[in-house]
Amino acid sequence: MRLKGQTWEFQAKPRILASATVVGPEEGQGPLASDFDYIYDNLEINEKTWEKAERKLLEQASQLAVVKAGLTKEKIQFFVGGDLMNQIISSTFAARTLGAPYLGVFGACSTSMESLALAALLVDSGAAELVLAGTTSHNCTAEKQFRYPTEYGSQKPPTAQYTVTGSGCGIVGKKGNGPVIARATIGRVMDLGIKDPFNMGAAMAPAAADTIEAHFRDTGLTPGHYDLVVTGDLASVGLPIAKELLQKAGVRMEQTKFGDCGLMVYDMQKQTYVRAGGSGCGCSAVVTYGHLLKKMTNKELKKVLVVATGALLSPLSYQQGESIPCIAHAVALEMED
Amino acid sequence: MQFLWAFIIGGLICVIGQIMMDVFKLTPAHTMSTLVVAGAVADGFGLYDPLVKFAGAGASVPITSFGSSLVHGALSELQRDGWVGIVTGIFEVTSAGISAAIIFSFLAALIVRPRG
Repeated sequence: MRLKGQTWEFQAKPRILASATVVGPEEGQGPLASDFDYIYDNLEINEKTWEKAERKLLEQASQLAVVKAGLTKEKIQFFVGGDLMNQIISSTFAARTLGAPYLGVFGACSTSMESLALAALLVDSGAAELVLAGTTSHNCTAEKQFRYPTEYGSQKPPTAQYTVTGSGCGIVGKKGNGPVIARATIGRVMDLGIKDPFNMGAAMAPAAADTIEAHFRDTGLTPGHYDLVVTGDLASVGLPIAKELLQKAGVRMEQTKFGDCGLMVYDMQKQTYVRAGGSGCGCSAVVTYGHLLKKMTNKELKKVLVVATGALLSPLSYQQGESIPCIAHAVALEMED
Repeated sequence: MQFLWAFIIGGLICVIGQIMMDVFKLTPAHTMSTLVVAGAVADGFGLYDPLVKFAGAGASVPITSFGSSLVHGALSELQRDGWVGIVTGIFEVTSAGISAAIIFSFLAALIVRPRG
């Protein structure tokens, strides 16, 4: 690994050997439905509590990823994971089922790429040969913890986003043909003073722009190097802000396609209840591990930069009137010729 | 005619609540408590009863009437029993609403699993 600024350039070609995604019914009605491995037809995921449902999504996605890689769960040397719940209980309880040595991480919705970057670092450095990275979120657990329980029926403004019910996992190793994790940029915490938890996109946009700018500064690459750059969950409010910030910073995003997972996971015309778009750990996870990896394997995309964005607020900090600090982590995935 | 006024006044109270949430970014809980306090203050000045007479359910159904009832009960028991009436009277008029909330929550909890 070579360190340039805040970017790791992996030399030993860590790869995503296999990945799996499990989602809820609303994601199953979205345009990416055919890219997911399993779609539940009920939001309860056949469980008694929302928290159990969120955990089950991760347990299943991790098991599926292990099977798809042709491994058994005993072969997994480390599991790096996290989620949005207090004390990251969904990942921790899923790690109990998995039984692998576990590193719990928290980066809110950026956990998907934070865990993947760390898994790649473990493999690249020789600390491990097979690492599972994964994350999960559920619409009703996130609403309950960060806003209001859905059963309360509280109104939402149009800037609000809709937490994705789903889990995505990837297995990182060296031997195989999957996409190479070429580099990763670890973000700084940015806070421009936004306090509205119903406007996460605007709060997270500066963090995304800062990480993208750092990525191109550190690597010397231009945006045109990638076929696609996607942010995690800026949605319809945050993405235009990020575009504007990057334009001001002189990063020429017009050289590439610049999208957002939160705008890809749902049908924005029909599923209008998602308001500004999708969010949550599961948002960038299911889009990356489901949709983008499939497109890369089919050679429709060759080089992709995923910039997962996270709002690092807690219900307590919000109630005490604190603003929302945000972060973004970028991981570059490249198919070899 | 009272149907029309009930529609207009009731609607206006809701518009005020909507503006508090959308424009002033108050949380639903803050919006609700502010409306309750507003109703209580209005009743203290003797303004809420005439509004109910004028607009009927347009004024008695929104949450503002709960605030007005709290003050109403306290004031009437104050006249009857003296200062201690303020404490005993607050839930005098509103007891039906509060008891109903408890009883129906209990009945609902018997048939469905309460969770958030």
